[in-house]
Amino acid sequence: MIEFYLDTKSGVAPYLQLVQQVRRALKLGLIGEGDRLPTIKEVVGTVAINPNTVAKAYRELEHEGLVAARTGVGTFAVKSLSDPSLAEHGRLRVGLESWLAEARAAGLDEESIEALFRERFRASSPIEAS
Amino acid sequence: MSTAVEACGLGKRYRQRWALSDCSLTVPTGHVIGLVGPNGAGKTTLLQLAVGLLAPSSGTIQVFGRPPATDAETLGRVGFVAQDTPNYSSLSVADHLRLGARLNPRWDGDAARHRIERLGLDPAQHAGKLSGGQRAQLALTMALAKRPDLLILDEPVASLDPLARREFLQVLMEDVAAHDLGVMLSSHLVADIERVCDYLIVLVDSRVQLSGDVDELLASHHRLIGPRDPEAQPPACQEVIDASHTERQTTLIVRSDGPVVDPAWTIEPTSLEDLVLAYMARGSGSHGSARASQAGAAT
Amino acid sequence: MTWLAWRQFRTQAVAALVLLGAVAITLAVTRPGLVSSFQNVLYCKGVLACASARRGFFARDSLLRHLANALAVAVPALIGVFWGAPLIARELETGSFRLAWTQSVTRSRWMLVKLGVVGTASMLAAGLFSLAVTWWSSMYDQLQDSPFQQYDSRDIVLIGYAAFAFTLGVALGAILRRTLPAMAATFLVFFAVHITFSTWLRQRLLSPLHATSPFQWTSMGYQLGPPNPADWALGTEVVTPTGHALGQLGQGGSLFEGFQIHAGTLIFQGVGACRVKVPAESLRTGNISQAVQQACVASFHLRQVTTYQPASRYWTFQWIEMGLFIVLALLLAAASTWWVRRRLP
Repeated sequence: MIEFYLDTKSGVAPYLQLVQQVRRALKLGLIGEGDRLPTIKEVVGTVAINPNTVAKAYRELEHEGLVAARTGVGTFAVKSLSDPSLAEHGRLRVGLESWLAEARAAGLDEESIEALFRERFRASSPIEAS
Repeated sequence: MSTAVEACGLGKRYRQRWALSDCSLTVPTGHVIGLVGPNGAGKTTLLQLAVGLLAPSSGTIQVFGRPPATDAETLGRVGFVAQDTPNYSSLSVADHLRLGARLNPRWDGDAARHRIERLGLDPAQHAGKLSGGQRAQLALTMALAKRPDLLILDEPVASLDPLARREFLQVLMEDVAAHDLGVMLSSHLVADIERVCDYLIVLVDSRVQLSGDVDELLASHHRLIGPRDPEAQPPACQEVIDASHTERQTTLIVRSDGPVVDPAWTIEPTSLEDLVLAYMARGSGSHGSARASQAGAAT
Repeated sequence: MTWLAWRQFRTQAVAALVLLGAVAITLAVTRPGLVSSFQNVLYCKGVLACASARRGFFARDSLLRHLANALAVAVPALIGVFWGAPLIARELETGSFRLAWTQSVTRSRWMLVKLGVVGTASMLAAGLFSLAVTWWSSMYDQLQDSPFQQYDSRDIVLIGYAAFAFTLGVALGAILRRTLPAMAATFLVFFAVHITFSTWLRQRLLSPLHATSPFQWTSMGYQLGPPNPADWALGTEVVTPTGHALGQLGQGGSLFEGFQIHAGTLIFQGVGACRVKVPAESLRTGNISQAVQQACVASFHLRQVTTYQPASRYWTFQWIEMGLFIVLALLLAAASTWWVRRRLP
């Protein structure tokens, strides 16, 4: 089951944050097609936000065609965003974990690791390349 | 949208001082309303007028169409937790639940007992021995088990540590989600409650400065940044709420009905906190200078 | 609401039960001894034996007796101070009224139930205490001249006092809003009212009777004569044959107490010059014989008019006084309820 969180400093509207988190979960395969999303009551019981915010996020996801609400039963994912590359996720995740272990062993702190990654990520982005 | 609380020219005076003046507002049902303002602005006074603990000196206030606390039914529709979460220190937690059951016809005893268990409170413990967070949870449990249509909380999280605060708001929001409960809670820090509020009232110096739906407020207010100009005028159709100036920059918080298009200014959305601060500054009459030094320190 | 009123009162009720129990046991334990001592008094033979039996009886448990009488007067005050004053004041002081008044009961109902529960308990406690003391003191009372002598600590007046003291405490607590000042004020006001009433107002509840008798002078001075020692004497006035009042007996200032010699005449103090022949020798030495004294007093043909309440009215007084204080208590209860509804906070 997905666990929501709220980043109060990000400047992004809370309901949009929830939408993004659902999309990310769908992409990563944490939520599959037909899986039930947490009820509004469950979400606010952990995240302590207004229930209307969650309702708004679920409505937005429904509008985007990613989920469908069935009265009395719950809200369910109707589409999976994970693509064929999902199969590669496992292998890539392991590679990433060993790289991180190496970087930490080399003495890099959290900020340096993140900065290094971001810089290379941006540099290697297809848009930048062209 | 029906009205939970309606105040018309409401005022309350203590001896010579008006704690609340000329307060007119309409509070809708089914929302979580944040009442924000500096200490001494009149928040406690307004809330206590709404539950009938105080009687107005001028004007009227009606809750669900009736004056507050006139009869058992009206009393039953509104729940209240006062600022210092009062309880009977020589009575046990279980006794408090019994108190609620005897004094409230709509009492949901099972939910109350279940919640006390979940919170890990010992039913036999005397209420006087509870910690601040536990007292707040007991008070909230009692107020929720009353099954009111509107729950009013006076500075419920001010004296709680962050963990207790989070737990308090979790319990509250769960009940709002489950029972479509209307809530009105006050705080002198909007940051404490902005994650749960979808309606906002700003009270400064005993007067209402602002009230409205949070999404609408955020959509209709903007931050305009431009080069330093103490005489700066905003684009037309906009009302300047607050202006602050640093050495090189002027920042305006404006309210506008339509979108703002003006190349002279950099337009950004405001956060709820900045919005509230802007109205608080306007309400207390202190404009630019104090905020200029703040902004200067920030840059 | 009844549950809450009782639950809040529980500790005080238990304390009262314990005290009442202790009192009851003490009295019950000492009574048999008193009974046998009293038997001696009732069936004594001969002046000397009777006198010593009486002495023995009065000496027995005299401390306890005085304590019981004092406590009986104090119990209503204690009820007012410890049960009445904190009833509302404590809620106002601790802020718990903000919890109580935002449940689903109106302030009126809250007040009335609290007043009813604790008020009833007050009257019950005072009634039981009075019953115990009256029962224990019954033999002693039989040997008293007048039932009015222990009026304040017997029978049913205490119930009225308890109700009054309780509601007085509640009212003062609601007005002062602080427990300790309310307790002190209740104590002071209650005793002020009690003393004022018992020394001044009580005797006026019913029109007193008057008894006239001749003013007589003996070797021990004047004779006070209420018609009956059992009656409650309120005062005796010395009156001339024409009906002119000369003054009260026993008021001090030596009126009607003796004689004076002034300018060669014998004067009976408070009345005037004697109208009988006084031997010049007596006038010179100041030694007036008993016969001359009596003749002098007789010559004035004085009467004494005693104002009194007959002993038969004892129970009437008890009922009237209890009723009066209960009515006062009801008024105070109504006033407190109005105050709490309209004027707080």
